[in-house]
Amino acid sequence: MIPTSFDYTRPSTVDEAVSTLRAAGEDAKILAGGQSLIPVLRLRLAAPSTLIDLGGISDLVGIRSDGDSLVIGAMTSHAEVAASDLVRQHAPMVAEAAQSIGDPQVRHMGTFGGSLSHADPAGDLPSVALALDAAMVVAGPEGRREVAAGDFFTDHFTTVLGADEILVEVRVPKLAGWGMRYVKFNRVAQAWAIVGVAAAVRRDNGGIAEARVALTNMGPTPIRARGVEQALAGADADLDALRAACETAAEGASPSSDVTASAEYRGHLAKVLSRRAVAAAAGL
Amino acid sequence: MTRISVTVDGVQYQDDVEPRTLLVHYLREQLGKVGTVVGCDTSNCGACTVMMTGTSGRHSVKSCTVLAVQADGREVVTIEGLADMNGGADRAGRLHPMQQAFHEQHALQCGFCTPGMIMEAVDLLEANPDPTDEQIREGLEGNLCRCTGYQNIVRAVHAAAAATRGAEPEPAPEDVVPGPQP
Repeated sequence: MIPTSFDYTRPSTVDEAVSTLRAAGEDAKILAGGQSLIPVLRLRLAAPSTLIDLGGISDLVGIRSDGDSLVIGAMTSHAEVAASDLVRQHAPMVAEAAQSIGDPQVRHMGTFGGSLSHADPAGDLPSVALALDAAMVVAGPEGRREVAAGDFFTDHFTTVLGADEILVEVRVPKLAGWGMRYVKFNRVAQAWAIVGVAAAVRRDNGGIAEARVALTNMGPTPIRARGVEQALAGADADLDALRAACETAAEGASPSSDVTASAEYRGHLAKVLSRRAVAAAAGL
Repeated sequence: MTRISVTVDGVQYQDDVEPRTLLVHYLREQLGKVGTVVGCDTSNCGACTVMMTGTSGRHSVKSCTVLAVQADGREVVTIEGLADMNGGADRAGRLHPMQQAFHEQHALQCGFCTPGMIMEAVDLLEANPDPTDEQIREGLEGNLCRCTGYQNIVRAVHAAAAATRGAEPEPAPEDVVPGPQP
């Protein structure tokens, strides 16, 4: 199928994109890499009046270091994120998650900001952003604001982005001295995560000082496994202690049942994958 | 209609397209580049894979999931222009090493996935000139062959890699032994 007709515009600055978005009204849609949007348009699950293509805004592409943060432009492709030395050095889990998305062709077109704004519950980057306490930099008619990852995702495919706002970059704190790992479970090539776990761990004196654990596809939005995090703080760094701490991984989650897995199985996966991700992040 | 300017297989075109036109339809129907095929039509099978320049060089994309307007100002290489890619004057009238390897290793049965397989395999070798079996299989994750002919495809990529490096082709890797049948 081909999409329904729409008007198309390719602004060259963020300001121009925001004013175009505002003028076009609620039926307008932002086009980033299109790897989620174009299939949706083709299935005619969406029929926007206008597509505003961010592909002409070079300011939105690139990765830079800014003090204690890594700043990733919204239009940077997954392939660029996965290959970036800066990302591998300061937030290796972001590179791991980007490398796990789709397939090579999708990673060449798909973008970091597009994935986060699309907010698919099975998307890999939202839980990683949540575990790292990343800040979303959002541009709108009133200028720019920062939204914590924990406040950004509100429901299935829904974020706090207003109808006239655009995600322009993401600030990822550099966690010096932390280990981190993204573990994704799926069964066939190029598949979505059935469940994924993003874990970051800081060790001291042989034990675990602090841990952050966030889950992919265990509910309509990514969630932090707070019970696991609390149980890990001060825990011994051995596999039995991690196994015990991860028993609560699915508590408070509301996973769905679908063709790939039952909710119960997802709950089981959350525990197992949390242990694996935390163990890898802790260097065990 | 939107005016686009795009270079395809070394030739520059300026065309008016509807914004909803998919790149694969532009290539096939407007330019007659029917070597690029539509397989699944849902961004899964990779049969429509072409190369397109972007912010970080030239890379493979699925042309059924790219709008023609997104190719504006960019350069596209299809299976039809592959032999001449990068000048290719020294190969006049000859196949690209990947095409030659697919031919020699019998890396196709029905042939429908082949244009996409070859384009993706070329992208793979540009990033990694000497991949392992596993890297080839992972690198071709986005391309599906429903004749299940992957063994010879992997063999062909190895052969093309060796030919490109100027090395002797390595002996064919041992076939994967199938597990016990139920």
